[in-house]
Amino acid sequence: MINRISAVVEKEFKHLLRDKRMLFVIIFFPVFLLGIFGYAVNFDVHHIQLAVYDQDKSEMSRDFINSLSKSDYFDISNYLTKDSEIKKSLDEKLAQVVLVIPNDFSKNLYSKKESAEVQFLIDGVNGNTATIISNYVKAATLSYNAKFQKEVLEKTGKRAFIPIDLRPLFQFNPELSTTKFLIPGLIAMILIITAVITVSLSLVREKEHGTSDQLKISSLSTLEIIIGKTIPYILIALLDAVFILIAGYILFNVEIKGNYLLLFLSTFIFILASTSLGIFISVISDTQQLAFTFATMASMLPSVILSGFIFPIESMPYAIQVITNITPAKFFIVILRAIILRGVGLQAFWHQLIYLIFFAIIFLFLATVIGNYKTKSA
Amino acid sequence: MKTILHIVKKEFLQFRRDPKMFAMILISPVVQLIFLGYAANFDVNVVHTAIFDQDKTITSRQFIEKFQGSGYFETDYYVDNYKKLQNLIDNHKIIFGLVIPKDFEKKIERNETAPVQAVFDGSDGNTAAISAGYVQLIVSNYSKSVVTDFLNKNGMKIIPAGNVESKVRVWYNPELKTRNFMVPGIVGLLLMIVTLILTSLAIVKEKEVGTLEQLIVTPIKSHQLLIGKLIPFALLGFVAEIIVLTAMVFVFNIPVRGNLAFLFFTTFLYILSTLGLGLFVSTISKTQQQAMMLAIFVVMMPMIYLSGFAFPIENMPKIIQYFTYFIPLRYFMVIMRGIILKGVGFSDLWMETTLLFIIGVVIIFLSSLRFRKRLD
Repeated sequence: MINRISAVVEKEFKHLLRDKRMLFVIIFFPVFLLGIFGYAVNFDVHHIQLAVYDQDKSEMSRDFINSLSKSDYFDISNYLTKDSEIKKSLDEKLAQVVLVIPNDFSKNLYSKKESAEVQFLIDGVNGNTATIISNYVKAATLSYNAKFQKEVLEKTGKRAFIPIDLRPLFQFNPELSTTKFLIPGLIAMILIITAVITVSLSLVREKEHGTSDQLKISSLSTLEIIIGKTIPYILIALLDAVFILIAGYILFNVEIKGNYLLLFLSTFIFILASTSLGIFISVISDTQQLAFTFATMASMLPSVILSGFIFPIESMPYAIQVITNITPAKFFIVILRAIILRGVGLQAFWHQLIYLIFFAIIFLFLATVIGNYKTKSA
Repeated sequence: MKTILHIVKKEFLQFRRDPKMFAMILISPVVQLIFLGYAANFDVNVVHTAIFDQDKTITSRQFIEKFQGSGYFETDYYVDNYKKLQNLIDNHKIIFGLVIPKDFEKKIERNETAPVQAVFDGSDGNTAAISAGYVQLIVSNYSKSVVTDFLNKNGMKIIPAGNVESKVRVWYNPELKTRNFMVPGIVGLLLMIVTLILTSLAIVKEKEVGTLEQLIVTPIKSHQLLIGKLIPFALLGFVAEIIVLTAMVFVFNIPVRGNLAFLFFTTFLYILSTLGLGLFVSTISKTQQQAMMLAIFVVMMPMIYLSGFAFPIENMPKIIQYFTYFIPLRYFMVIMRGIILKGVGFSDLWMETTLLFIIGVVIIFLSSLRFRKRLD
């Protein structure tokens, strides 16, 4: 059996080597893409474009504006002079947030009855960025107040009372850079696409060209054909994984904190699960076009959107949370983040590994059942 | 003209022969939109929390209640040592741990500063930053009320001068729902995938099966063949767009605030460029497999990541930003969000519209040049 499988493997490798362009795309594009996308994917919000409409034009209002523009978070994009310019700034995306300081600002700042109100108008189209901007402006106002009150109290000879000193500690990722969090997702996505699409296409191509009938009448069993045909792609995907991890380390400083052997083992199991999805797709589709459509819809979009790569799964409605289980990428991302970012061991993700194995078995089983049914009815 | 119609007819006949494919093209975008639309949001609604209260006094409990009352924090665990807290973070059970020191109440009563530690799982920088914002607000509001109490007790009835109050108002999307931002983007993404899958295989399929040679020996001119091949895909793209937009309006309650005719006009320009890209891929590939890998890696993935769909372009390094200028979806994304969410029209979107038009025409032109060579 091993002999026969290795014959199929050899044949498939010859196919691959003959198509140099294809081989190039499969092996080098993943690394290249990681290079570009790794720099592109981040949610870090810095240099927020702030438009200022200062109706007060006093020393105090300028002081308040300075306290914002001095921080790394805000860049003043322009100064407004008319009400109508507020709408224009936001409509045309000239600014992400507009600060309006009313003309009674400096008067109310020293008033003991009223508080000095300022208004921040935020472009909410991107809700995520807007939430972060809203947090920044609130925090900036609070720290301005604290500073101001301290000065006022000190002038009257009293000591300021600050009840709580909040000390935030961000573990695993103190700079809160989002790139490191997103790169494991990118790795999972690139691997699953490579595995699902190459495997499903290479199997369907034989069907479309009619060569699968020739294979069928040979002494090879279906299982041997499938194993033989997928082994080269599994090897290529593993090679991709190695390249991508090296690139991640060199370009983005993503160190692997955990165990290399565990990482290799989990990657292998993930590739097996993805491959079994590819085999399943090849069984249900008769043309490469259909297989391609299925593969894109089943591997690419879910691994971007449902895997927890970009959007946190906990924020999804419950029904969708259940559906997220259809993509093996979800489980692999948890494993990757655990090994690479937190450096924890098997106890943190063993159930993910078991699920991946389970996933592979189910899809191989379904593929066999449907495949047998199809051969019988044909 | 007649020749073109014949080719269009032939393509439609082929669709009819492959009903599985036809169904995939029309039904799957809607299914995907619904799944993805519900899934795609960054809202941090629940912050899983563990509390390590070393003080266990009335004051510390009052402080904790402020967190629980806010609606964002779900206290899943109370722990009694730091190790357990660390363990919960390591195993991804919580993202926020609140550590209250032993002398919390004493210090506050003595008007001293009590250090409170907030430990976050920073691995998801975005969620951590948003949660930290919530924590900060709760702590400052609590501090403010403690100070006010203190001043009241000491007979200083009034709050010391200098409290600036910031009123934050959010435009276009007041509930800060990320879904409203994402769904129009997903519409653009799905439209790209549908049209690209079809066209990227259009020519290479005939090549692989060998029917392209038959087409070459017919008197059909290459531009006629090209137009005839593209019209059915463009029509299908429009049908998919209408179905998906309808789903957007009725399933997600996101109305189109702007001009619908303008939306369809820009969709046409956008489809022009995706069809052009698909055609280009199809003409340079020798096999369907090559065409598909190119379509995914060279066209689809850059469209997803570099279009501003999920990751803001302003945050990217300058060099990557230059790349994004070549991505048609980048412009269509701005146009879709502008028309659907802001209700703005051509006067605000003229630049994106013009660029989309130029890209579309250039791509179609280039790929038809390439196509002609192949026919020779």
